[in-house]
Amino acid sequence: MTDSPPTGPAAVRLRHATIGYGDVAVVRDVDLTVGTGEAVAVLGSNGSGKTTLARGLLGLANVLGGEVDVLGAPVGGLRERGRVGYVPQRHSISGAVPATVREVVGVGRLARLGLLRRLRPADRTAVTEAVAAVGLADRLDDPVASLSGGQQRRVLVARALAADPELLIMDEPTAGVDAANQEALAGVLARISATGTTLIVVTHETAPLAGVLSRAIVVDHGLVAYDGPLEQAAAHEEPGLHHHHPPGRRPSGYRQDQPTVTTGPRRRGDEEH
Amino acid sequence: MGILDYDFMQRALLASLMVGLVAPAVGVFLVQRRLSLLGDGLGHVALTGVAVGVLTANSPVWTALVAAVLGAAVIELVRARGRTSGDVALAVLFYGGIAGGVVLLGLAPRGQATNLDAYLFGAITTTSPQDVGVFAVIAVVVLATVALLGQRLYAVSDDEEYARAVGLPVLGLNLVLATLVACTVVLSMRVVGLLLISALMIVPSAIAQLLARSFRETVGLACVIGLVVSVSGTTTSFYAGTPSGGTIVLLAIALFLLVSAAVALQEATARRRHRRRVDVHDAHPHDHGADCGHVAVPHDDHVDYDHDGHLHAPHRTDRGVHYDEHGEHAVGVPPSSGRTG
Repeated sequence: MTDSPPTGPAAVRLRHATIGYGDVAVVRDVDLTVGTGEAVAVLGSNGSGKTTLARGLLGLANVLGGEVDVLGAPVGGLRERGRVGYVPQRHSISGAVPATVREVVGVGRLARLGLLRRLRPADRTAVTEAVAAVGLADRLDDPVASLSGGQQRRVLVARALAADPELLIMDEPTAGVDAANQEALAGVLARISATGTTLIVVTHETAPLAGVLSRAIVVDHGLVAYDGPLEQAAAHEEPGLHHHHPPGRRPSGYRQDQPTVTTGPRRRGDEEH
Repeated sequence: MGILDYDFMQRALLASLMVGLVAPAVGVFLVQRRLSLLGDGLGHVALTGVAVGVLTANSPVWTALVAAVLGAAVIELVRARGRTSGDVALAVLFYGGIAGGVVLLGLAPRGQATNLDAYLFGAITTTSPQDVGVFAVIAVVVLATVALLGQRLYAVSDDEEYARAVGLPVLGLNLVLATLVACTVVLSMRVVGLLLISALMIVPSAIAQLLARSFRETVGLACVIGLVVSVSGTTTSFYAGTPSGGTIVLLAIALFLLVSAAVALQEATARRRHRRRVDVHDAHPHDHGADCGHVAVPHDDHVDYDHDGHLHAPHRTDRGVHYDEHGEHAVGVPPSSGRTG
């Protein structure tokens, strides 16, 4: 965590950035700066490129042109990737082999250690605190498979928090989560944001996190269509943002062959909705 | 004469002890990574190494080790390219490995190909004193690597994309795991056999998964199970005159079926008990809610209701709402007023 005020150096800076998979561009020519401590929603319909934009910041999609700087370094050259927290969109985190909440969250802490260092007492404390921060302290040694879907999502948040990230990137953290868990998550994010951590949340619904996020970026057909206060984002959203485009109202620029993020070389546990 | 009076049995038991311990310790990561058949594939590749060793009068254990490690590296590099041709490339490598092995062994003088069964399915008489030394080194190296890198290997096996995003050396760790599998395959080639080793990596892990709560517990339990079935299978093989690899694997599968049945039975009993409680509470005069008069107690992601000193959790099913018992009262009132609801 940083103690610097929200007006510090940029956490993320994109200049004419083109991002995609292989050599297929999905997000094109994006200029964007996110200041340290900001809490930003990245909105857009399915296939708009919002997830690709986030994956570009994580080094999971290719920067095909322009520049993408994260925490002051080009994304490919960022040595301490552990400074960036990531909450992927996964509906379930129970793998083939049982694992406890403590074990899953412990992985997040590994990112901050070298290749061979083991978790030390300070690291174990960080894991415990991260689990407590998402309200699951009493489930620390339970198998993750025994938790509800919403609780499992909070475990993924704790895994990211365990590394004390300066920038936290989340993909659809509220999708498929019940209201009580959404509220709990909003509380967690508000506290993280208050400590100066930069938040970038890819989402298709802003209501659950409206109290936390202040700025919105709307991605449409691979371009930034809106960048400004969250409250006014809705007016700039395409009519088809939450639904499919009605046949008669499809924007003329829409191409059926538009590459979407689902065509990239993606791996297990990786879904786009 | 006792089983330990034979030198060859002492060596076979030592080898089975090592492979029984090591194979599951590596196999659990393969299961987590959903790559259970990697050991099988590398066994195929190792056969070519064995054949080269036989033909060139070198120790087949060493040549098998070289072939399996090279095969492991090729597989991981092909996988890292991440293209659809990877699947086909693996098949070519695997079948090329076993075909190359069979053909090269066929070229060996004095009908060496008759040893094929022993390499593929294991035999108790084949472990040489030099083999035991090599196996001991392999076993120590593999177990030490798992102890040192286990958490990272778990991280990469569990969620490769996350591991990449936070900067863990994913390709390097995958190469390490594949190399560990290659070493384990070679360790197994005397007692278990190249075609059956995959079972000893996977089945003990499958049994442990049914019983353990954590990854660490799963690894420990799988090693104990592997050790027991490996040593007892080798012993049975001595008395029954059966191939050791097949005997070990059948024992492991029998244990798997037994534990699966026991766990299923236990779950069915728990469900019946749950249903009985549901029936009791179906007679409950009201649905718990804000104004029902019972104290609401927040519990994780839902609310329990204090009902005469025990907690009711509303549980919605397609049959309507019923109440699960969520333990004794956690706040204030001592749970002295009985459990009838």
